[in-house]
Amino acid sequence: MPIDLTTPGGVTLALIPELVLTAWALVLMLVAAWRHQDAMVRRDVGLLTIIAVVSTGLAVAWLWARGPTSVGVPAMMSLDGFRFATSLVFLLGALLTVMLSLGYVDREHIQAPEYYVLILFATLGMMFMAGAADLVVMFLGLELMSVAVYVLAGVNRKSVFAAEAALKYFLLGAFASGFFLYGIAMIYGATGTTNLWLIHSRVLELGLGTNVMLIAGIGLLLIGFGFKVAAVPFHMWTPDVYDGSPTPVTAFMAAAVKAAGFAALVRVLQQAFDGLSIWHGAVWWLAVITMVVGNLVALAQRPLKRMLAYSSIAHAGYLLVAVASGSAIGSAAFLFYAVAYTLMTVGAFAVLASAGTGGEREVLIDDLDGLASRRPWIAAAMTVFLLSLLGFPGTAGFIGKWYILSAAVEAEQRLLAVILVGTSVVSAGFYLPPIMAMYMRPARSAQSHQATSLAGAARWAVGVMAVALLLFGFWPNRGLDAARRGGESLRPATAYTLER
Amino acid sequence: MSAALTGLGYQRWALDAILLLPLLGAVLVMLSPPAAAKRLALYVTLAEFAVSLGLWWAFEPTAAMQFQVVRQWIPEWGIAYRLGVDGISLFMVLLTTLTMPLAVLGSWTYITKYERPYYALLLVLATGMMGVFVALDLFVFYVFWEIMLIPMYFIIGVWGGPSRLYAAIKFFVYTFLGSLLMLVAILTIYFAVARATGESSFAYEHLWRNIGYVRPWAFWLFAAFALAFAIKVPMFPFHTWLPDAHVEAPTAGSVILAGILLKMGTYGFLRFALPLFPEVAMDPTVTAVVVVLSLIGIIYGALVSLVQPDFKKLIAYSSVSHLGFVMLGIWALTLQSVQGAIVIMINHGISTGALFFLAGMIYERRHTRDIAQFGGLARVMPAFAAVLTLVALSSIGLPGTNGFVGEFLVLLGAFRTHPWAAGIAATGVIFAAAYLLWAIQRILFQKVDNPENAKLPDLSPRELIVLAPLVACILWIGIYPAPILRRIEPSARALVTQVREAAGAPLVAEPAASDIERGTQD
Repeated sequence: MPIDLTTPGGVTLALIPELVLTAWALVLMLVAAWRHQDAMVRRDVGLLTIIAVVSTGLAVAWLWARGPTSVGVPAMMSLDGFRFATSLVFLLGALLTVMLSLGYVDREHIQAPEYYVLILFATLGMMFMAGAADLVVMFLGLELMSVAVYVLAGVNRKSVFAAEAALKYFLLGAFASGFFLYGIAMIYGATGTTNLWLIHSRVLELGLGTNVMLIAGIGLLLIGFGFKVAAVPFHMWTPDVYDGSPTPVTAFMAAAVKAAGFAALVRVLQQAFDGLSIWHGAVWWLAVITMVVGNLVALAQRPLKRMLAYSSIAHAGYLLVAVASGSAIGSAAFLFYAVAYTLMTVGAFAVLASAGTGGEREVLIDDLDGLASRRPWIAAAMTVFLLSLLGFPGTAGFIGKWYILSAAVEAEQRLLAVILVGTSVVSAGFYLPPIMAMYMRPARSAQSHQATSLAGAARWAVGVMAVALLLFGFWPNRGLDAARRGGESLRPATAYTLER
Repeated sequence: MSAALTGLGYQRWALDAILLLPLLGAVLVMLSPPAAAKRLALYVTLAEFAVSLGLWWAFEPTAAMQFQVVRQWIPEWGIAYRLGVDGISLFMVLLTTLTMPLAVLGSWTYITKYERPYYALLLVLATGMMGVFVALDLFVFYVFWEIMLIPMYFIIGVWGGPSRLYAAIKFFVYTFLGSLLMLVAILTIYFAVARATGESSFAYEHLWRNIGYVRPWAFWLFAAFALAFAIKVPMFPFHTWLPDAHVEAPTAGSVILAGILLKMGTYGFLRFALPLFPEVAMDPTVTAVVVVLSLIGIIYGALVSLVQPDFKKLIAYSSVSHLGFVMLGIWALTLQSVQGAIVIMINHGISTGALFFLAGMIYERRHTRDIAQFGGLARVMPAFAAVLTLVALSSIGLPGTNGFVGEFLVLLGAFRTHPWAAGIAATGVIFAAAYLLWAIQRILFQKVDNPENAKLPDLSPRELIVLAPLVACILWIGIYPAPILRRIEPSARALVTQVREAAGAPLVAEPAASDIERGTQD
């Protein structure tokens, strides 16, 4: 279905998912503003948020199914499978986060229905960020997402650590945005445009491969993205922020926010700078350092939440391997891995959220001792999540890792593949101890784990995530097909030409 | 018999049934009432054994892959569920299905907590192990190879001895390290072949046929495969996980580890590492390294066994020694030595399995494995003493037992290509006699100087049932191995010929081992 993005009708059609989500977010904001303190209203807002996310997902699926293609001059938003696939990933992350939050905000006495509205706005930002065909729209999406998440990190106003997390995240996030914006400015200076396709064609036509300003711009852009996706050495904020935030928010940051950063990064590198080789080496090194540092430091963590925080840094490294390949297979691998990673990371944080109170900062890996004998289903689900994070066959994490390795090997980056598997072995050193604690050590006392429980929507979410991980581990065909189409759509056959 | 099986369409469903039955059994066991778990597991494993026994008759002694199953799995990447059996894997499958019911019976009284998950994991493990032996698609092979780690990890970690956590994680990480490098190697081959031939497929047949396209990296690919397999075997110096895992695992876990899991390593060499990379494997330097490491394994394993105060640890180290023989047999690469290596793989499963069962039986009675704590058991437990003596003699390789057949063939074959190595390896047999006979002497004979040993009950009927099939196999293979050798021969001959031709090494003229058995040597 061709859509002309220069007409108001065309733009409306192309932005239907975003419009649906915006409408929902505004309505819910009004509801939340009028009826604040009522627990019932809070609950209703939460349920309406679920409906909002699902209806947006349906809108994405509807639009994707019609196979839209943009005609005419380059526009602000893309209309490709990559945009729709990533939108669905973010919506999945948001949906799961909301499901976890329903019981969590009551337990932790987080009395702010705006919580859900902020999740919707953050998701909206992600969708703009990953779907943008223009660096300025991408930046707007990035800011919309970031500002909402800064507030979410500190939404628990009674916690000192949450306040610390929010402040740290805000300061470093603002810093990163500065880099990002400056990078856009440099690229504009070098190419005279902020549209990804036009940048691509100008770089090739004007032979800007060695242009210092362009290279500096790409470098600044990479630094900005590095902060957002928590790649080493731009990861310093991650452990403290993840640690201090309410656990569902941590899950949201680790899964959806990170996926959004990666989606935008993949799009920029593949669409705008495809012809350049300059960024390959930089991303290669980022991937290596991130994998090595993330995995090694995770080994030393005793609190479960910090361990998962460093594990998410390590996974950023794996995703960077997919990015470094710079191929359609790499983009497809990123898409598949993003789904698997969302499921397993949110799942692991969900189990953590069930295990403690007060933000779960104090839950050590050893505190899981004997969980399997008291809460066998929670322990079983956690085992699935951890094995999937480890990349073990039979889980979606394995298929995802296999896909990333395929991309690396296909791009002749065998050393990167070897480093990936080497660091994966290291990761067994911190993914297995929780399993050992749950199954192989006795419970400390008769009272331990009495408070551990998953109720209502969270229980459903955890169950669905665990089953989905196993299903994708054994029958990944549909997922692989969608990922391949999404990955290939980043570089359609039609090339835009320069019009002066 | 063969005709009757064909009538049932056995060729078509045999492997599917063998792989599916334990999985279904595992689900049933989890759903059953706890008291019925072990009985149900026993029935499932017995049914499994019965089904697999058909392979023995339906198998035609040719080198071809038989009972093939091909089913699309992930067509996007050219992955299909491809299974098949030849003369090498046939006996690995049969060994597995024979061991599993015995492992269930051997756990009958040993496992007292969480019975349902234990037996369910045993059954899942059975599927995983057999999957490794019959997979003909490298992706499927890799999945099975890894998946069987999890049940074993839990079996050691939950039901094992005092330092089980350490042993479990060591076992896991060692194996995981090797296998992940193999994963990169598999992908490298896959993409190189796909690019050259235009056909993306993980089928072993396809990759093997076009393996020439990866020649530039053949050494590194071989190294990745070899590391994964060498850790599993385990070859010196990658063996350090083995004593921990074997000692800490519950009896059935040790039996399966020694009896079957170690064979996955040597099987990997026979099935993948050698045929895929013949010129690397037959490279003089590589050969020298492998042969020397095998010899070190043989001698070192035996010497370390000699000084073990712990009976289970003694058996564990003896495995290092036995598997050294297997590796030597494989690398000598003559028909006899390869046949011998496969026979040792079978024998080691039987004899060492029986030894671990026996060690578990006295452990259940005395809760110690310290050899010094025993003495004079022959008087108290005569049946136990008789079986232990016979099994030990078979493990030493006494003529008339199965152990002799395998080691003799390996030495005979190896003597043609590596006479010095064969000479040194032969001393390993002497050491084996030393450590095992000495251990038997201290356990069974001398005076009953510990009053706790005076009243030990002899083997129960259940324990006799566990040991009887193993003893029968020891004697049968020792006296009349021809039916087994005949089934191995075509595949072994094909392997030796292919690898030697591809590597440009001369073929060694020799009679087939089964001819020696029949006395038709010229």
